[in-house]
Amino acid sequence: MKLKQISVFLENRKGRLAEALETLAQAKINIRTLSIADTSEFGILRLIVPDPDKAKKVLEKANFTVKENSVIAVMVDDRPGGLAASLRVLSDANINVEYLYAFVEKSGEKAVVILRTEDVDAGIKALKTAGIGLLKAEQVYKL
Amino acid sequence: MIWNKQAECMPAHELKSLQLERLRETVRLAGENVPHYKKQFADMKLKPSSITSLNDISKLPFTSKTDLRDGFPFGMFAVPQSDIVEIHTSSGTTGKPIVVGYTRSDIDLWGEVMARCLSMAGTTRDDIIQNGYGYGLFTGGLGVHYGAQKIGATVVPISAGNTKRQIEIMRDLGTTIITCTPSYALYLAESAEEEGLLPRKKIKLRAGCFGAEMWTEKMRDEIESRFKIMALNIYGLTELIGPGVANECEHKNGLHIFEDYFYPEVISPETLQTLPEGETGELVLTTLSRVGTPMIRFRTRDITSLHREPCKCGRTVVRMARITGRSDDMIKVRGVLIFPSQIERALLEIKDVEPQYQIVITRPHHLDELEVQVELSKKMFSDEIRHIEEFRRKIEDNIERTINLRVKVSLVEPKSLPRSEGKAKRVIDKREI
Repeated sequence: MKLKQISVFLENRKGRLAEALETLAQAKINIRTLSIADTSEFGILRLIVPDPDKAKKVLEKANFTVKENSVIAVMVDDRPGGLAASLRVLSDANINVEYLYAFVEKSGEKAVVILRTEDVDAGIKALKTAGIGLLKAEQVYKL
Repeated sequence: MIWNKQAECMPAHELKSLQLERLRETVRLAGENVPHYKKQFADMKLKPSSITSLNDISKLPFTSKTDLRDGFPFGMFAVPQSDIVEIHTSSGTTGKPIVVGYTRSDIDLWGEVMARCLSMAGTTRDDIIQNGYGYGLFTGGLGVHYGAQKIGATVVPISAGNTKRQIEIMRDLGTTIITCTPSYALYLAESAEEEGLLPRKKIKLRAGCFGAEMWTEKMRDEIESRFKIMALNIYGLTELIGPGVANECEHKNGLHIFEDYFYPEVISPETLQTLPEGETGELVLTTLSRVGTPMIRFRTRDITSLHREPCKCGRTVVRMARITGRSDDMIKVRGVLIFPSQIERALLEIKDVEPQYQIVITRPHHLDELEVQVELSKKMFSDEIRHIEEFRRKIEDNIERTINLRVKVSLVEPKSLPRSEGKAKRVIDKREI
């Protein structure tokens, strides 16, 4: 149920994000979703792509600092309180959420969010036990 | 390996009498032939005969870089220009360059002291030396060249720069000894890693003499562990001869100064008084056998200390500590004196930080601000902002503890700071004062 995510360190410098995205474009890697966390000094670009290993390779070759991480793709009801219900499950299980961001596409009637918990395995277990749907990597790439 | 046992392991009393004899000859030569010294000695009513012991050296005036600059171009020569067979100049980054001249005997002397340095790194005639110091007006390239030729080793005069070629030569020719600046050695390690030669594959490198810029023990560890070689510190300066004034032996506990040719003193840069051996101050050097441009009590501006406890290698000549700063390179920020090397040490105390940094000084609102840009190493990168922020704060705290001044640390992308092929430019002062 774990999903590989690529994180890229971006110095706060004009055009750096575009350079990272162009590098992926040249390698014909289609980004499924992304998020940017930023401070005044630097940013971290987080990406979900169909071929994370290849993405890591081409970015590193272009001198970017890259890390691979595991995240969880969670299906939530597309209605008020849908996401809150999932987060409540984690909170009740005492699992911290590091960050989350949403997917543009839906999976059927469900909205999809990418979520990172401090302990990814514990997060998956808690969500599954509560009957919340999770997506496998292949399913995510097909959205 | 000791190149010249007689000179390097000379008993103290013999060394002293040799030094006195040579000092008197140098004072005579300079006083009679170098306009600058002729005038100075006359003004001070100083005669070579007034030098009767080594302690009398304190009667002699200091020579500064400015004196050499004022004599531009040939004003410091002690012989007619026709006796000079080679000229070198300092980089001239701080004004007009200074010119030093070498007679044939000076070139021999240079080869001799450089042969001693390279022998400390274990160099023999069977070795292949990749000489990555710049050839030309800079003394580094030719200095190593003469020493290597004296030993009879095979020199590859590749000079500085052209990193890709350096790596190919290292692999294809099976270089065993390398000479270059320490910051360039680290840059070469980076490239060698990218080319797949490190961790050690297809290279025969055994040792290196690194110098021409200030560096730290941490950088030595880094060079030694990445290349799996012995990295020795070499010291010299254009005004005296170039590289070859001092070099570390395999025990790495200070640099042996070749006292039969160079007389060292350490003075207080404030009072200009000579300090007792062991105390830290500015290094002052006098040439004892140079003919072309003899140098009397040259103020090097390098901060060090002298040590005479016996060394395991058997050499009896004095050792100077690794240089920790320059009396004129100190940065004054908000009234606090700082050596860039202090910041470097503070940085390198933190695990996973690589010695690639730059210090930028600005004065945005009439108040100095010091920013230290540090490259984020792969190991430092985390997917979570707070981990990176923690790293940054840790560096800031450690620098503050070392220099008692809060600085701003910025993390920049790996390999984004300019790499030097010669001396690393660590400080960028943007203040308009």
